[in-house]
Amino acid sequence: MFSKFLRKSIVCAAVGVALAASAQSTDPVKIGFLSTLSGPGAGLGVDIRDGFQLAVKLAGNKLGGRPAEIIIADDQASPDVGRQAADRLIKRDKVDFMTGVVFSNVMLAVGTPTFASQTFYVSANAGPSQYAGDQCNPYFFSASWQNDNLHEAAGQVVQEKGFKRVAVIAPNYPAGKDAITGFKRFYKGEIASETLPALNQLNYGTEISQLRASKADAVYIFLPGGMGINFIKQFVAAGLSKDMTLFAPGFSGDEDVIKAVGESMLGMFNTSQWGHDMNNPANKRFVAEFEKEYGRLPSLYAAQGYDAALLINAAVRDSKGKLSDKAAVRKALQAAKFDSVRGSFKFNKNQFPIQDYYMRVIVKDAKGRVTNRTMGTVLKNHGDAYVASCKMPA
Amino acid sequence: MSLNHILLLEQALNGLQFGLMLFLLAAGLTLVFGIMDMINLAHGSLYMVGAYLIASITAATGNYWWGLLFGVMGAAAFGALLEVSVLRRFYQRDHLSQVLGTFAILLMCNEGVRLIWGSQPVALSTPESLSGPVQIFSGFYYASFSLFIIGVGLLVALLMYWVITRTRLGMQVRAGAANREMAMAMGVDVQKLFTMVFAAGAALCGVAGGMLGPVMAVQVGMGESILIVAFVVIVIGGIGSIRGAFLGALFVGIIDTAGRTFMPMLFAQLMSPEAAANAAPAVASVLIYLLMATVLFFKPRGLFPVHG
Repeated sequence: MFSKFLRKSIVCAAVGVALAASAQSTDPVKIGFLSTLSGPGAGLGVDIRDGFQLAVKLAGNKLGGRPAEIIIADDQASPDVGRQAADRLIKRDKVDFMTGVVFSNVMLAVGTPTFASQTFYVSANAGPSQYAGDQCNPYFFSASWQNDNLHEAAGQVVQEKGFKRVAVIAPNYPAGKDAITGFKRFYKGEIASETLPALNQLNYGTEISQLRASKADAVYIFLPGGMGINFIKQFVAAGLSKDMTLFAPGFSGDEDVIKAVGESMLGMFNTSQWGHDMNNPANKRFVAEFEKEYGRLPSLYAAQGYDAALLINAAVRDSKGKLSDKAAVRKALQAAKFDSVRGSFKFNKNQFPIQDYYMRVIVKDAKGRVTNRTMGTVLKNHGDAYVASCKMPA
Repeated sequence: MSLNHILLLEQALNGLQFGLMLFLLAAGLTLVFGIMDMINLAHGSLYMVGAYLIASITAATGNYWWGLLFGVMGAAAFGALLEVSVLRRFYQRDHLSQVLGTFAILLMCNEGVRLIWGSQPVALSTPESLSGPVQIFSGFYYASFSLFIIGVGLLVALLMYWVITRTRLGMQVRAGAANREMAMAMGVDVQKLFTMVFAAGAALCGVAGGMLGPVMAVQVGMGESILIVAFVVIVIGGIGSIRGAFLGALFVGIIDTAGRTFMPMLFAQLMSPEAAANAAPAVASVLIYLLMATVLFFKPRGLFPVHG
C-alpha cells in the first residue's frame, strides 16, 4: 500500500517535473527592470531602459531564445520606493533577473531582498564598493563598473595633466563617497576643497562661491544627470570656467548633459569605459541601431543597459534555459560570453568587470554635433580596489 | 577686494535672489490667506504650472521672452479659472476643509502635469543673451541671469508697492485684508476682487517659475518644497501683509543662503568633510524655522500684523 502510494507520487512528481521543464522553454524570461524614471536622475534610467530594450528587440524580443518579458518599475531615486518595488517584482511577478538601478543608495536597499530570494541582479549602472568588497554576493553581477573606476581614471588624467590644486564635488551618498575615494587613489596633488552637496541638489550658488574662494586650478565633479546639467550651466554662467579647468567622469560628460548644456562644454575631458566612436563591430551596430530607433546618440548608460541585456541573454542561452539551476546560471553569467560594445570585458573574482578605461574629450564632430571623442586608454585591464576583501563563495 | 569679501558679496546676492523669488510666491499666498482667510496648499502648483507653460512655449517658439510673457498670462488664467470653478466654494468653509480641498488640487495638478509632460524634468534654459557672466568689478564675475532675477524681483516688488498703496484696487485689497466684512459692507465687489487677487497671485507664481525654472529644474513636485518655505515667510511677515512678506522673504532668503554656505565651512573646521556634509545641511535647514520660532515668540502675529 505504502509502496504503491510512493510509486504513484514519484510518477506524479516526474510528470510534474517534465511539465515544468517543457513549460520553461516557452515561458517568458521575466526581467524586473527597476530604474529611476522620474526626477532629475530620470535621464539616466531612460537611457539604460532604452539600451536594454534595444538589445532585446534586436534579439527578436527574446532572451536566450525564450520570449522576454520586461516589467518596468520606477524607483523615483528613493531607497524606500525602490525596496517596495523590488519586493513586488520578486514576490508577485516572480522575475528571473533584476536590473536597472541607477543610484547606489537605492541599489543597497534593493540588493537585500533580491539576494535573499536568490534572484540574480545584473547591474547596468550602480556598482557600490560594498558589493565589490566584504559584502560581495554570488547573486550580484556588475555589467557596468565598480563605482570608483571612472573616478580613478579621472584622477589619473588630472594627475598626468599636472594640476596641483583640485576642488572635488560629489553628492552625499554611497557612490559620491566612492567617487572621491576613487579619484584620490590616483590623483596625488592637493585637494583644495571637498564638498558633498545633497543628492539631487539643483542650485549650486553656494558651492560656486566656495569654489571661487578655494583658488583651485581644477575642479572635479561627480554630478550625474540633472545635477551635472545645472552645475555646469551655473559654473559657466558665473564665469568660473575662465579660472579653473573642469574635469568629470563620463556621468557628467555624456550625451544627456551635452544636449542640455551645449557648446560651453567643448574641450572638457571626461573618462569612461566606453565611447560611441569605439571601433568594434558590436559597438558600431549598437550605435547605428540606437540612433535609428531613438533619434539620438547613446550615452554610456545606454551602452551599459545594452550590455546588461546581452549578458542576461548569454546566461539564459548557456544555462540551457534552466533558470532554476542557480549554479548553472551563475556559471554562465561568470563566463560573460557576449560581445560587449566596449570591447574586452571579463569578470573578476567579485563579479565586477576587469576592463579598460578611456579618456574622452568633448568636441564638434564631422557632422557638427557637440559630442565625445575617445582619446586614449588611461587604465588597462583594470579591476577594482575592493576585490581582495571579497570572500566570494565558489 | 579680498576673496573673503567677494564670497560675502556673492552670498549676499544669492540670498537676495532667493529672497526675492520667495517674495513672488509669498505675496500671492499672503493676500489669499489674509483677504479670503483661505489656506491654499495648491499655491505651489500654480508655480509649477507656470514653469511648465513657460518651458513649453519657449520650446515651441524658440524664444524665452515669448515663453515668459504667455506663460505668466497662462498661469494667471489658470489661477483665475481655479478660483472661479473650485476655490470660491471653500471660502466659507473651515480651514481643515480648505487644507484637504487644496491638497487634493495639488495632487491633481501633479498628476495632470505628469500626464501631459511626463515624469522627466522639462528643459528650460536661460536666454542666450543672459547665459554668460558679467564682471561686476575686477576679479568678480556674477551670472547675468541671477542679476536679471534680482532686477525682476525688485521691479515686481516696487510695482506691487505702488499698486497697493497708490491705487483704488490696492486700497480695496488693504481694506479686505484688514477687515473683510467691513470692506464688503462698504460696497467692494468682493467676488471680483478675490478673482483678481487670485489671478495676480498666480501670475507672480508664473514669474517665479520663469525665473527659477532655468536655474533649478522644471519638474513635477517642484512647488511643494518651496511652498513650505513660502508659508514660513508669510508667518514671519504677518499674514496678509505685503510689506511683511517682502521683509520676511528677504530675511529667510539671506539666512537660509548664509546658513548653507557658512555652516559647512564652520563644521568642516570641527570634523571630517564627510561628517560635516551630513551634519551641516541638517543644521542649516533648521535655521529658518528657528528664525520663525524666535519671531513668533516675540511677535506672535508676525512682524507686520494686518488684522486689527
